[in-house]
Amino acid sequence: MENVWTLLSWGPEGWSDDIAWGVLVTVSLGLATLPVGLLIGFLVALAKQSPEPSLRLAGNVYTTIFRGLPELLTLFLVFYGAQIGLQQLLHLISPGTNIEINSFVAGMVALGVVFSSYASEVFLSAFRAIPQGQYEGGYSIGLSKGQTMRLVVLPQLIKIALPGLANLWLILLKDTSLVSAIGLADILRQSGIAARVTKQAFLFFGFACMIYLVLAIISSFGINAIERWAGRKEAQR
Amino acid sequence: MSAVTETSTDVDRPPAIPRPWTAARITGHVFIVLWLMLGVAMVGYLVNAWNPDLFEKYAPYYLSGLLVTIKLVAVSIVLGALLSIPIAYARMSKNKLLNALAYAYVYFFRGTPLLAQTFLIYYGLGSFRPQLEAVGLWTFFRDAWYCAVFAFSLNTAAYQAEILRGAIESVPKGQWEGAESLGLHKYQILRKIVLPQALIVALRPYGNEIILMIKGSAIVAIITVYDLMGETRRAYSRTFDFQTYLWAALIYLSMVETLRHGIEWIERRITKHLKR
Repeated sequence: MENVWTLLSWGPEGWSDDIAWGVLVTVSLGLATLPVGLLIGFLVALAKQSPEPSLRLAGNVYTTIFRGLPELLTLFLVFYGAQIGLQQLLHLISPGTNIEINSFVAGMVALGVVFSSYASEVFLSAFRAIPQGQYEGGYSIGLSKGQTMRLVVLPQLIKIALPGLANLWLILLKDTSLVSAIGLADILRQSGIAARVTKQAFLFFGFACMIYLVLAIISSFGINAIERWAGRKEAQR
Repeated sequence: MSAVTETSTDVDRPPAIPRPWTAARITGHVFIVLWLMLGVAMVGYLVNAWNPDLFEKYAPYYLSGLLVTIKLVAVSIVLGALLSIPIAYARMSKNKLLNALAYAYVYFFRGTPLLAQTFLIYYGLGSFRPQLEAVGLWTFFRDAWYCAVFAFSLNTAAYQAEILRGAIESVPKGQWEGAESLGLHKYQILRKIVLPQALIVALRPYGNEIILMIKGSAIVAIITVYDLMGETRRAYSRTFDFQTYLWAALIYLSMVETLRHGIEWIERRITKHLKR
């Protein structure tokens, strides 16, 4: 049996450099999905708390679908479905050309819609926690609808929604492991390759789990910092 | 008499508030139309792609896959629930060592992806084949199905332990003290006073956990367990027909929605006494 430390070392002998690339892919996938998911989630939440019934219905359909489907299935639907759909669209324009969906983009879209449907629920409950008087106060001092939203409601909304969103970020980070199933070289796939080559499956999958734990711990430090920053005005109220 | 007839003139109902076509209303209708178009397109596609041979060949596979999924989730949830009781107890105990051990367990299983845990157990424990053979556990860990049940039970136990702990701690301390002052034993208090109140709080998280397990169970397809997702992948790899995935999506969606509405119904019923 080779030395464990050699296997985990950096360089041609060890696998740390390969797995480090996987960490980079995982983290960048998560960070790329986050803003998209937050934005769509916020818009869907806006739709779901609007007084207009048709908007509410449209928003609810979105959440129902993407919260009800398994993440892995959503990923496959996006990966294969978008490929077939775009292919057929492209054939209408210029027959004979082929298109390949980038697995990173497919992962981003699939994780983004799942994240946004959960995030919309978090935002929605935060919206409900803000009293109507806040809007009325904003209008009464002459702010427009957009200004009221941006200057009065949003700062409070973010503070209320933060714990829920932080939780969703941790879930997103774990869900990125699913993209290894469509061939993206993330942490899990890289350690899977290492495990197959070296026949040290327990070592490498255990190592992968430890990396996810470290990422979660780093995230919770970041989240704490953001929460401190968001709550810094709390004492003045 | 005449005064009455004079005052009772017909009164018109106030006119309906006009509902102008605001930007929000237009956007809402546009999105509804988009969803409808998507739905019609999907139904149209499924009708168009309807293939009796394909259905006849793969419907039994889908059914068996569905049963595998349900069985996997049911067994894992029950085993996880049993396992979660000592973990929740340890998490709430004043013993520092016990508490730390339970915390580490929960942190590990909640902090790492279920897929990684499943790989760790299915592929990883293969590294210890001689040792496992020596204690006679190899037949258990060689089988993908048992590994999946094992991994899922350990995972959901961690989540359920937290649900249980949160629910028990949500019951005010005065309930314990009040029951103690009546001379009830600790286990009587737990069983008759605290748990009935805690389970109302825990119902929704438990329901969510079952739904998460149903959705999470799709990943066992990657370790070659032929659950609903596994059968779907097999059907797709043989036919390259995209409708295989759409059928799976419909089945999963209806399963999750039924469960969600069922839990909401139960919650409405058991919280009747709390409604004012």
